[in-house]
Amino acid sequence: MNAAPAPASASGPALSLAAIGRRLDELAADPSRAEAGELLCFGEAVLEHWARARGHEPTDGRREGFRLLALHRQGADQDPSFNACRETCRELAWHYNLLTLEPADAERLQRQRMMTLVAKHLYLFVSGKMETQKLGEFCCSSRPLRTRVDSGDGAGSE
Amino acid sequence: MSENDPKSQKYREVAYYPGCALEGSGHAYNRSTKALGKALGLKLKEVDNWNCCGAMEVKNIDPKLQTYLSSRVMSIAANTMKMDTVMAPCNGCYHNLKKAEYELSTDEKSRAVTERLSQKAGHATYRAGQVETIHALDWIREAIGEDGLKARVKNSLQGVKIANYYGCMYTRPRHIFPEKDQGPASESTSKPHFMDDLLAAAGAENVDFPLKTACCGGAHTLSDSDTSTKLVANILQAAEAAGAEVIATECPTCHSGLEMHQIRAERTLGLKTSVKIIYFTQLLGLALGLSPRKVGLHENVSDSFAYVKEKGLA
Repeated sequence: MNAAPAPASASGPALSLAAIGRRLDELAADPSRAEAGELLCFGEAVLEHWARARGHEPTDGRREGFRLLALHRQGADQDPSFNACRETCRELAWHYNLLTLEPADAERLQRQRMMTLVAKHLYLFVSGKMETQKLGEFCCSSRPLRTRVDSGDGAGSE
Repeated sequence: MSENDPKSQKYREVAYYPGCALEGSGHAYNRSTKALGKALGLKLKEVDNWNCCGAMEVKNIDPKLQTYLSSRVMSIAANTMKMDTVMAPCNGCYHNLKKAEYELSTDEKSRAVTERLSQKAGHATYRAGQVETIHALDWIREAIGEDGLKARVKNSLQGVKIANYYGCMYTRPRHIFPEKDQGPASESTSKPHFMDDLLAAAGAENVDFPLKTACCGGAHTLSDSDTSTKLVANILQAAEAAGAEVIATECPTCHSGLEMHQIRAERTLGLKTSVKIIYFTQLLGLALGLSPRKVGLHENVSDSFAYVKEKGLA
């Protein structure tokens, strides 16, 4: 990760998830209008929603130059299932670099298209997870290895 | 990887743990894995009287019980069948056996519960390190290798544009896969490539696919189908936007999810995608000259007969 990302978007109230979803749908229909900075900010805004929903103040820190990656790290704290969007965040940062470092590249439109779909995946994953969090773990792969029931009186601990 | 390499020799005969999904919705994966192994001269000895790995249901209620259930499978392979390698093609089974291995090597309580339940069930207790659990991708890559595969190809996959989709369980969490991220020859948890490598060796053209480890929403297919449909629809669209004609899969849950929600996306979202969803074992089998029926193409929901015919693979 070697490009300086766009300024963090956290100064004002975050866009609603629904508004982000609508905008991403518009951009997916016409990716030539997609700007790397805007898409990165959407990614950050989605993760801010997740942090706030869990009662945390979204971090302003950065990892590898990206606030997005710091927000992901914050989101996965005490919730390893959130790691299922780890690579999605990294792909978003990667496409941001591609688009900002090589703005005139022949692949620009394709990169805009892919970055939009990656951002949309992050939006769908996080908003879906928020919607269903009361139903249990969203991602079956990353259940915390030692949960409360694990040290309690589950059947295996009888 | 040379076929004379000790690891290649070791993987030529492995204990085979198909798991529940491969007896049901993922039967095409079962059929094609066996057919591929046979065509490559590899031996699969199915684990005797195997049980469920604990899947997500047991794991979510009592992780230690899931550890025991997975350990029983490994115990039979090690202590009854005297095998040193268990191959699990299903990402869920593979993940759970690896997780159980990790738990049993690091957690005293897990060892105690497994010991107690194994005694109750009347079988030898599994000890961490008795077997190595591998995925079907490791199996083919290590036992045959890319060069070995290339030499056996009868129908090249040339012109088949593939997005390789690994799903979320094959690489996460990192710490239960200590053999991964050990340099270029090993599998990567952030950018897995074993399936890409094998299919490229068979002549396929892999596209750059940024959602190869993205969540398909498989766990919520029943409880929140709409979220799953939207996640899958986006994955399908991304694969097509990347230029793929086929999504290659290596997990029965992901495979079924992609197939079912491809249909549901068309009905509920009006989104029609035509990308084919095919197990990597089916694609490799076709490349080795096996018939579509032999690799279970007729058992897929996603109808790819016309496509494979058009590509000269049938």
